[in-house]
Amino acid sequence: MHWGLDVIELEDVGYNYGGGALFSNLSVQLAPGSFYFLTGPSGAGKTTLLKLCYGALTPTTGRVRAFNMDVRGLDRDQMAYLRRRIGVVHQDCRFLDHLPVVENIALPLTVSGRGLQNEQGNLQELMTWVGLSERRDALPPELSGGERQRAALARAVILSPDVIIADEPTGNVDWEMSQRLLRLLVELNHMGKTILVATHDMSLIRAAKNQVQARVLRISNRQLQLAGADL
Amino acid sequence: MSAFRKLIVGDAQADRVVPPSGFTAQLTLFAAGAMAFLCVFALALSLASGRVAHRWSEELARAATLRINAPAEQRAAQTEAALEILRQTPGVASARALSSDEQAALLAPWFGADVPLDTLPVPQLIEVTEADIGYDATGLRLRLQAEVPGAVLDDHTRWRRPLVDAAIALRRLGVVSIVLIGGAMAAMITLAANAALAANAQVIEVLRLVGAQDSYIAQAFVRRFTLRALSGAAVGMVLGMIGVWLMPEASQEGGFLTGLGFQGWGWLLPLVIPLVSALVAFVATTRAARKRLGDLA
Repeated sequence: MHWGLDVIELEDVGYNYGGGALFSNLSVQLAPGSFYFLTGPSGAGKTTLLKLCYGALTPTTGRVRAFNMDVRGLDRDQMAYLRRRIGVVHQDCRFLDHLPVVENIALPLTVSGRGLQNEQGNLQELMTWVGLSERRDALPPELSGGERQRAALARAVILSPDVIIADEPTGNVDWEMSQRLLRLLVELNHMGKTILVATHDMSLIRAAKNQVQARVLRISNRQLQLAGADL
Repeated sequence: MSAFRKLIVGDAQADRVVPPSGFTAQLTLFAAGAMAFLCVFALALSLASGRVAHRWSEELARAATLRINAPAEQRAAQTEAALEILRQTPGVASARALSSDEQAALLAPWFGADVPLDTLPVPQLIEVTEADIGYDATGLRLRLQAEVPGAVLDDHTRWRRPLVDAAIALRRLGVVSIVLIGGAMAAMITLAANAALAANAQVIEVLRLVGAQDSYIAQAFVRRFTLRALSGAAVGMVLGMIGVWLMPEASQEGGFLTGLGFQGWGWLLPLVIPLVSALVAFVATTRAARKRLGDLA
């Protein structure tokens, strides 16, 4: 295996959970600018695999490398910097409910010490891009499912990360909203971002066919398979 | 230095990241205020005890009493002989026989103002004032024993030492109380900080998710608790100082109890209490945050 050409690389990764192996010997490389869907049955380990990719979990066996760094060897500060290069959209979004949407979206800027004064233009542009410019002062509990997902996506991309990982981003939204989210992800991919989307929604994958050259990874029977040719 | 500046100046955005917490904020304010209030009194007690110990020690150490127990017909001669010996003794600054009126005044609290001193077998008292170099009490006693058989030298050591010891012990007690108050405040703030950190585990998770370093997260909590302790202690200190100020002024009649206040520059000393409280809160919260964030890995 060659190291260093891909943004995220998993080599013979295994992960034990609840006394047994959730999966073992998984190997995959995400090339810069690629678009991947990760699919598989519920409980197969999609979310776990995503967490391994952004360092929230450590593999039981094997190695995970992000931007040529072994994730296992990173200290807390290095991990924080890694998180700034990987934007994550959770299924449940995870906001700070006491802050308005605009401040939640700007949170990566705040914690990285970049003042919001110079970023107001970019922030407004981003909110318009995800269609939330009218909802900037709303609190997260006041948002609909689709608005929450778009806000989470905006927060994930505000630092212009190299990789965007989304865990079931369309799980709680209707078809129209899922298409809207897909279009945003495709746009980001066209900007050169590496995209990894976990989903069990095959219609979303089929809808992506005409918009982007994406690959589908499938976790099944504790193994990871490339599910057919490019869509 | 930049960390200190960040702590003082703060960051409006960063301050908003941690949600305002209810009972931990009130607990910290109350604990810091109450402890600062108590600390002012402990400090006043400690300083007053120190002053008293010093004064008693100084005043009593420089004075002694010579008592002439002799039959009435020999008393004047022995008194004169004793005064002569005292005049010749190196280290004795002055010696003076108390007059009948002065002796009557000393007995007045027990026998009344009209005590007939002439009819009572009252010894003659001689007040001895010590010079800076001091005198040899043992040598003086031996000489008095040989030349003035009825003379007894009392240099006050017997009852001076327990008084001074008591005052010193009281001052030590005040200092120990201040240390204990600081420890109790540190414990309470640690508990409050731990409760706040535990209640905000989700917030910490989100902050880490978006790339916050642990030092950033810790500082958000540390700054909040430090400023709360500072403001709470400032209020407690002011109330404590008002309480001390309202106490009766020191007077001869009131004795030790009326001297329990601050004097001169001593009034400035309580100003240190809020700063020390903030420092205690800073250290306690930093330790708590570091541990909690480590546990949440």
